Amino acid sequence: MAAEALVELENVHFSRGPHLVLAGVDMRIPQGAIVSLMGASGGGKTTMLNLMAGTLAPQSGRIRVAGQDLQALDFEDLYRLRRRMGMLFQHSALFTDFSAFENVAFPLRRHFRLSEGILRKLVLMKLEAVGLRGAAGLMPAELSGGMARRVALARAVVMDPMLIFYDEPFTGLDPISVGIIATLIRRLNDALGATSILVSHDVQETFSIADYGYILAGGKIIAEGSPEVLRASDSELARQFLGGQPDGPVPFHYPARDNYATALMSSAAAGEVI
Amino acid sequence: MAFLDFVPNLGRRVLLTIPNLGAAARFLLRSLVAVINRHFSIQQLLKQVYGFGVRSLLLMMVAAFFTGMVLGFQGYYALVRFGATSALGTLVALSLLRELGPVLTALLFAGRAGSALTAEISSMKATEQLNAMEMMAVNPFAWVVAPRLWAGIIVVPILCAIFDLVGILGGYLISVPVLGVDGGTFWAQMQSNVTFSGDILTGLFKALCFGLVVTWIAAWQGYAAQPTAEGVGNATTRSVVTASLAVLGLDFILTAFLFT
Amino acid sequence: MEKRAIDWWVGIFVLLGIAALMVLALRVGNLSGFAYNDGYVLHANFTNVGSLKVRSPVRLGGVTIGEVTHIGMDPKTFMAKVTMRIEPKVKLPTDTGASIYTEGLLGEQYVAVQPGGMPQELKPGGTITMTQSAVNIDQLIGQMVFDKASGSK
Repeated sequence: MAAEALVELENVHFSRGPHLVLAGVDMRIPQGAIVSLMGASGGGKTTMLNLMAGTLAPQSGRIRVAGQDLQALDFEDLYRLRRRMGMLFQHSALFTDFSAFENVAFPLRRHFRLSEGILRKLVLMKLEAVGLRGAAGLMPAELSGGMARRVALARAVVMDPMLIFYDEPFTGLDPISVGIIATLIRRLNDALGATSILVSHDVQETFSIADYGYILAGGKIIAEGSPEVLRASDSELARQFLGGQPDGPVPFHYPARDNYATALMSSAAAGEVI
Repeated sequence: MAFLDFVPNLGRRVLLTIPNLGAAARFLLRSLVAVINRHFSIQQLLKQVYGFGVRSLLLMMVAAFFTGMVLGFQGYYALVRFGATSALGTLVALSLLRELGPVLTALLFAGRAGSALTAEISSMKATEQLNAMEMMAVNPFAWVVAPRLWAGIIVVPILCAIFDLVGILGGYLISVPVLGVDGGTFWAQMQSNVTFSGDILTGLFKALCFGLVVTWIAAWQGYAAQPTAEGVGNATTRSVVTASLAVLGLDFILTAFLFT
Repeated sequence: MEKRAIDWWVGIFVLLGIAALMVLALRVGNLSGFAYNDGYVLHANFTNVGSLKVRSPVRLGGVTIGEVTHIGMDPKTFMAKVTMRIEPKVKLPTDTGASIYTEGLLGEQYVAVQPGGMPQELKPGGTITMTQSAVNIDQLIGQMVFDKASGSK
């Protein structure tokens, strides 16, 4: 953790309506690393990505990206900062009325005035990097889930970002595609000299590429460290999560008002059919 | 009991509607202003004009033709009792130019283009396309919403003008060759009673207002939809219903202001 | 869809809209007043023009030969002064008469001209002197009722 921190979170609180999502999160993400955020579904992982990208604002606390305080930035500066960020969405989020080529070209076309030749070279280079140069002319509907994810990945890195977010990059893919995406994440991160933040609950794949990991539960970080450190963690919650045990600190049963046995008895007495 | 629930329910709905209205108004303003944004593209605007206008043209023309023919028939049977069939041209033209043209164009537009617009924006939201745009530092108001809104404002008056013309033609074809009204009288009466600014332009102004309101409602319903498959479906239905009612309500207000 | 094709279609669409507006303006609306632009002007004074309006037709034997372009009041004679434009190929004799008639019972009013037999023609800007005013239906009914009442006495 000697490297300079690209993203820093200080005591971040965030709530959605009455529901407290993050209750005081501190984080320091070093330059050049692949950092994974893990935790149960609905645990605020995607929210954290949105906070770091500035699409959501925390109720309190500070978020700094590349030395800039996101809360202090105005709209224009935030947009300028976002040009140096890329994000791979869970559902790929390709524009359905554009071809794969146009999807990847989209950020370039919107932000720069490039000649068609240079644009073509840049886009095909990124598509080649994800192995889909041959699919440049296909529409999103003609791509398989894994291919769509790869096109979206090419689009996320087409501006050569300093910071790449991955929101559940492995979800809903077959094992081969998962392997391909994982390899690409590592390769692109190193080739671009970028920093990657990976939100996932796929423990094995994530640990195979991540340098450092955080486990979130109940709006707080309960464990952090390199994959080896996390695996050896003595936190029960972390062990339950990493081991995938159905019951533990996160209970299997959603809390009910009364005991199951008494509930059975009372409904039997009332003559109800369950 | 159900009736007693009605009053508090109504109150709750009104209280929920007011902040919604505020949010929708802010949405409209942001989108209209986004026309000066760097990410607003004329190419996108043309694409939407094509989608809204060119692709609804045939529907509009067929609807207008039948509307005009029905007006010709009904007007004839109403007027022939008073021996006033010479006023048929005036009747057909004024009905179309002042009311039926703008209102029917807007209603058909809400069903044809408005629903598609809501479905498009809400599914873009559901599949995170709007978020993706935001992440790529492209303002979705400028790139997605503004071109559609302005296309609606441009397209509906054009469609309305075409609707008026085709409708009058339909009325003429029924009145003169079929029902035997004198052709010269039909046009002459029409010409002496229709004014360009008072009837034609005010009708088109109505259409412009309707275009704005219908696309606004459609885009807002899409933008505010729940990002799920069910949410998309609900939003589409709500978009058509709300837009149609809004057109009829607004028509009353505009008529009261413009034609008195 | 090819970009160029969209541009073409949108262009055609907008032109179609403008064309529709032009036709509406010229054929349906009031802007087709240019129809008798090359006509010559005649005046006629009436004691009562009824509900005659600008753009009401001027007819000869049922055929429209012009239109009313202006209705004013002569402050000296207190007569209504109607200005008309007549098709140039229709030359009217100086002893032409003009009346205001109603089309059907409820129809609009128009100016009917009855040409006389004089060889001289009315010059542009001339005035028709023999006129018959609009029939006032209220007055007519009133008169009829009054006649009936006095006749039965």
